[in-house]
Amino acid sequence: MELYQLTIHEIKDKLDAGDTTAAEIVNSVFERIDVVEKDVKAYITLMRDSAMAEASRADEALKKGRGGMLTGIPVALKDILCTKGVLTTCGSRMLSNFVPPYDATVVEKLKEAGAVLTGKTNMDEFAMGSSTETSFYGVTRNPWNLERIPGGSSGGSAAAVAADECIAAIGSDTGGSIRQPAALCGVVGMKPTYGRVSRFGLIAFASSLDQIGPFTKDVEDCAIMMNVISGYDRRDSTSSPEEVPDYRRFLGTGIEGLTIGIPKEYFVGGLDPEVEKAVRRAIKTIEGAGARCIEVSLPHTEYCLPVYYIVAPAEASSNLARYDGVRYGFRFREGRDLMDMYKKTRSAGFGDEVKRRIMIGTYALSSGYYDAYYKKASQVRALIKRDFDEAFRTCDALLTPTTPTPAFCIGEKTDDPLQMYLSDLFTISANLAGIPGISVPCGYSASGLPIGLQFLAAHFQEGRLIQIASEYEKQAAVLDANLDPQRRRPNL
Amino acid sequence: MEFEPVIGLEVHAQLLTEAKIFCGCSTKFGAEPNSHTCPVCLGMPGVLPVLNKKVVDFLIKMALATNCTINKKSSFARKNYFYPDLPKGYQISQYAEPPAEHGWVDIEVNGDKKRIGITRIHMEEDAGKLIHDEHGLASYVDLNRTGVPLLEIVGEPDIRSPEEAAAYLRRLHEILIYLEICDGNMEEGSFRCDANISLRPVGERNFGIRTELKNMNSFRNVQRALEYEIKRQRYILEAGGEVVQETRLWDDAAGVTQPMRSKEEAHDYRYFPEPDLVSVIIDDAWIEEIRRGMPELPLAKRERFVREYQIPAYDAGVLTASRALADYFEEVARLSGQPKAAANWVMGDILRFLNEEKKGIEACPVSPTNLAAMIRLVENQTISGKIAKEVSETMYRTGKTPEEIISEKGLVQITDAGVLTDVLVKILRENGEKVAQYKAGKEKLFGFFVGQAMKATGGKANPQLLNELLKKMLANQE
Ligand SMILES: [Zn+2]
Repeated sequence: MELYQLTIHEIKDKLDAGDTTAAEIVNSVFERIDVVEKDVKAYITLMRDSAMAEASRADEALKKGRGGMLTGIPVALKDILCTKGVLTTCGSRMLSNFVPPYDATVVEKLKEAGAVLTGKTNMDEFAMGSSTETSFYGVTRNPWNLERIPGGSSGGSAAAVAADECIAAIGSDTGGSIRQPAALCGVVGMKPTYGRVSRFGLIAFASSLDQIGPFTKDVEDCAIMMNVISGYDRRDSTSSPEEVPDYRRFLGTGIEGLTIGIPKEYFVGGLDPEVEKAVRRAIKTIEGAGARCIEVSLPHTEYCLPVYYIVAPAEASSNLARYDGVRYGFRFREGRDLMDMYKKTRSAGFGDEVKRRIMIGTYALSSGYYDAYYKKASQVRALIKRDFDEAFRTCDALLTPTTPTPAFCIGEKTDDPLQMYLSDLFTISANLAGIPGISVPCGYSASGLPIGLQFLAAHFQEGRLIQIASEYEKQAAVLDANLDPQRRRPNL
Repeated sequence: MEFEPVIGLEVHAQLLTEAKIFCGCSTKFGAEPNSHTCPVCLGMPGVLPVLNKKVVDFLIKMALATNCTINKKSSFARKNYFYPDLPKGYQISQYAEPPAEHGWVDIEVNGDKKRIGITRIHMEEDAGKLIHDEHGLASYVDLNRTGVPLLEIVGEPDIRSPEEAAAYLRRLHEILIYLEICDGNMEEGSFRCDANISLRPVGERNFGIRTELKNMNSFRNVQRALEYEIKRQRYILEAGGEVVQETRLWDDAAGVTQPMRSKEEAHDYRYFPEPDLVSVIIDDAWIEEIRRGMPELPLAKRERFVREYQIPAYDAGVLTASRALADYFEEVARLSGQPKAAANWVMGDILRFLNEEKKGIEACPVSPTNLAAMIRLVENQTISGKIAKEVSETMYRTGKTPEEIISEKGLVQITDAGVLTDVLVKILRENGEKVAQYKAGKEKLFGFFVGQAMKATGGKANPQLLNELLKKMLANQE
């Protein structure tokens, strides 16, 4: 087994035992990148030199017995997170020259924990997309099938973990942007509760929905990453003072006696039969581990997509107003006057999907339309949240497919935004309700594409998700060796 | 037809917090352009606002001082528009849920008292400043002011004349300064006013079509702009025309209001709740804490001065124009034990000296201790009132104590009857002719003898004693 194939906890064991060094680990990951990156194209920016320097510092720290939770672990960052002194593009031409003078809080926390940052990963422009095809920096390919999309918007991070181009990665999830690519790339991805992880330094798409979370090779690594990135931040007023438990505590504690709800609205038309089959098999596995699965209803599910496509673009239309070419980023230089500069800068700096959403959002907030769109959507959002509150009165967690289908082909849906939007059908609800969700691999299509299983839990119940997902991961590997985290990797 | 104006004012008061409303940058005026900025107030990607609690303290103060109801929960909203002085492309303000509502202040115009309603007070951030290149080739943007906290005070359309408008503004201005939450400088823009004005036939209940007036940077300009606008609207209405609802800018030099170019005002601000900030919760404990620290407000202080110091209402008004002035006066009154004399000296010489140099009482070189000492020296007849005028001016120029000045200049009053008698004897002897005229009934010459005696003593003769002695001696003259 190669070093780059290891998980965080395996590397930690080796480092602690003195079997390897951080430098060897980082070298191994960059050698892997040298081999597969040309096919996968997961990264926008590689940070090879600083990574090597960080690796030797990590080895120094380890020698002195001063290792942190992630000392020497190569971690990739979605290019939506601000990194001091390192180009941060958000997948857009608009920020093609933007070098932030500050680190996102999550980046600070990773550095403090000793992580070695490998680079900035590709993403849909301003996180608007479900396939990483709207990036100004080219398309990332699904490591399981290079003709297919890796999902999005955090497609680069998902693909980097799946292709072993890093050990773990950070993404952001506004409507499924962590869980959907995790499902399509066969890795573990968690969207924490809104407010669990600081958004400071996360370039905003839709502020009331955005949340940062990890991509990992297994559930134990997910718990470790959550331990590092969670917690209150005085720089983010919406971050929660709720105490952060040690998420590793929930690993392998069993699920006997738990009640898992199966929302019937997530098993209707549009769900790919292969996905349904894999999820139904997962339900059996869960029941086999001693949990009780019951059917529940989330009656407002059909409104999730329309509500999301009003709230998210509305917030985005305002969040993206700052990209005007005046202070930083791309500027169209030949403007006649101020208005002309604004128009030409934004016309040339943003791609089609971003412009589409700015227009939808501007419309939804316009005077005369606000009540019918934004206000109504906010009211329905409260009902969607109430559906979940209801469900969590009887259930410890909910189980759903993560996506309606496995990864589709590159270019297949780029001309049909509505079809593209449907790929987030099952993930959007968690963002609207602010609850945590996790996607874990649960099977493969006949053509060998990964399928994801989603668990959702009540606010701040990430520990519960880790408990259930880790048990599922263990049981599933027993029943199907191809689901063993060490064996589920693409042939690249 | 008789028309009556209906006026409502919106005031923006820049707050004197150390830090900006959503970041830690300094609010100091006059620094190098863009030196008081950080990623948050520059609107860089991914940064978030964090509310400065001090701004809420100031809001509560103003709400209490203007009799507002303070809402337990309020929230921020985004006001969206593009302009280079607005880095985020939106201003964080408060819209649907204001923190303070339904207040009022009392004003007085020509002896008539009136209550003016306050619709709401809310918090928001200021924008930056554009600096235009003199050759018109480029515009520069200074974002030091971006994120400086503002209170917006929206008044009810209760005002019926430009005089009432000015009185209302002065009242708000004075309260803000008393609370020490705004420096009130209209020229530098820390106290700004926009006005909504319409006319309606007297007796009509509905409002007419209004215009919004901007760019009035002094009390006087507010009054002049409103006077002009009343004339303009009346002319239109009397001719059977209709007022256009628009924003008009006051042109100080031309003395007229001009319509703003419609392109600049055609804004749909697309307000929506600010998702980056949580609701502001103001509980009773917070309000009580602020209430306990509230200073005495100008009106209450004015009434107390009349009652406690037995001074005229007019004097009380002058002396309470600012908290610092009132404190200065009270200190002098307390130390001298003579409030009336204290009032006269502060309002007379001290304010005159300060006004000549356009200085505030804070910059007064005469300490309350020194002024009080001088008042006591007059009281115990060490110096005369006339000499005191000289002493007060010297104190102002040099900052010295009255005792120092008096001894340096030898200004101590002559209260020794023997010394004065000698002086008078000499004067009467040298002016025998005038003495005779006086005796013959030309009593006006009494003043001549006093003048001669004062001249001979360098003005130091105690006037009462001098008069007494002179009368007695003239009566005894043969
Ligand atoms: Zn700042």
